[in-house]
Amino acid sequence: MAKMKKSSTRIDMTAMCDVSFLLLTFFVLTSTAKTPEVYPVDLPASTKETKIPSDDILTITVGQENVFIGLAGREDRIDALVRMGKEYNIEFTEEEQVAFSGMENFGVDIREMKSILALPPGERMKKELHPGIPYRDSLNNQLSTWVKVARESSYIRKSTDERKNFLKVAIKGDANERFGTVKEVMDILQEQRQNRFYLVTGLRSDDF
Amino acid sequence: MAELNTDGGGKKGKDKVRSKKQNAGVDLTAMVDLAFLLITFFMLTTTLSQPQSMDLQMPDKKDVPDEDKTIVGESNTMTILLGKDNKLTYYMGMFNDPKEEPTDSTYGKDGIRQVLLQKISNLRAQGLTGKDGLIVVIKATDDATYTNMIDILDEMVITGIEVYAINTITDAEKEIMQ
Repeated sequence: MAKMKKSSTRIDMTAMCDVSFLLLTFFVLTSTAKTPEVYPVDLPASTKETKIPSDDILTITVGQENVFIGLAGREDRIDALVRMGKEYNIEFTEEEQVAFSGMENFGVDIREMKSILALPPGERMKKELHPGIPYRDSLNNQLSTWVKVARESSYIRKSTDERKNFLKVAIKGDANERFGTVKEVMDILQEQRQNRFYLVTGLRSDDF
Repeated sequence: MAELNTDGGGKKGKDKVRSKKQNAGVDLTAMVDLAFLLITFFMLTTTLSQPQSMDLQMPDKKDVPDEDKTIVGESNTMTILLGKDNKLTYYMGMFNDPKEEPTDSTYGKDGIRQVLLQKISNLRAQGLTGKDGLIVVIKATDDATYTNMIDILDEMVITGIEVYAINTITDAEKEIMQ
């Protein structure tokens, strides 16, 4: 009788392990951490699949008649905050600027910004601290001022030939928001000749 | 799985010193499992977290010179009015003298899309396509939801209408949307 060959049941996993860790490293490095939001919104769905630009963008979140702002890029944020401080005669210290650069979005009156920045990092993003940015009062239209300073800051830091498209504005409206509120925000932007917006939407299935 | 050397350290100092046979291969199965699990996680989160957007270019409000203004022919202009509780009405031509009286419709593929496609093909039969084809003016009341507006803009994309604009609703139009 022929002897059964004793074959090994083990597979060499080394190469597979190498490949999988290579891919893992790639994905870890390329992914951006999901940013905590002070006001998470339900996005309306659309079939259009234009990706939103990831840098040099001002995101205006609109929900329940409140407005929140998000700026991309740490340096952009610091620069905008300093400019905003100049407009309202508030001096922000170095530590406060660093603290602000970590806030992806916010919805707070600029005069209360200092008290928020004094809090420990974990508590700054609490929803109850962010009632929304004042935008309805024509004498204290801080949304308009934020857009203005963000535009100035972006325009100045761009080189001359890149200035054609300096700051992009995205509007992230809640699906159930009244159109009237979104319209008010659009009007504020259009007063500054910011006529192009990216309306942030979610994915819709093809058979819509 | 991982093998442990269970050989006891008992018999010492006997006549033969046997060299221990070491298992050189480490079992990597668990490690690969873990790595693939993490890969899957990162792959899914990166692609899903990038939001999409709809590009919207509004006309400048200030000082548009007359020669730059688009003259909107009334025969191929459709106005869509969005009201509260998902109400949708459309009419053709001018409000005071409409080519087609205000008609109620609904959102989605069986409602306004059929109307739009019908109008587009009617105009195509007359040789009017693209920029000379159907022009849509969207007017929303303040009580319409943001979703309503996105849905209508989405219909413009789906039906391929090239010229469309968002405009402010007039009082007379608000009246019929009550």
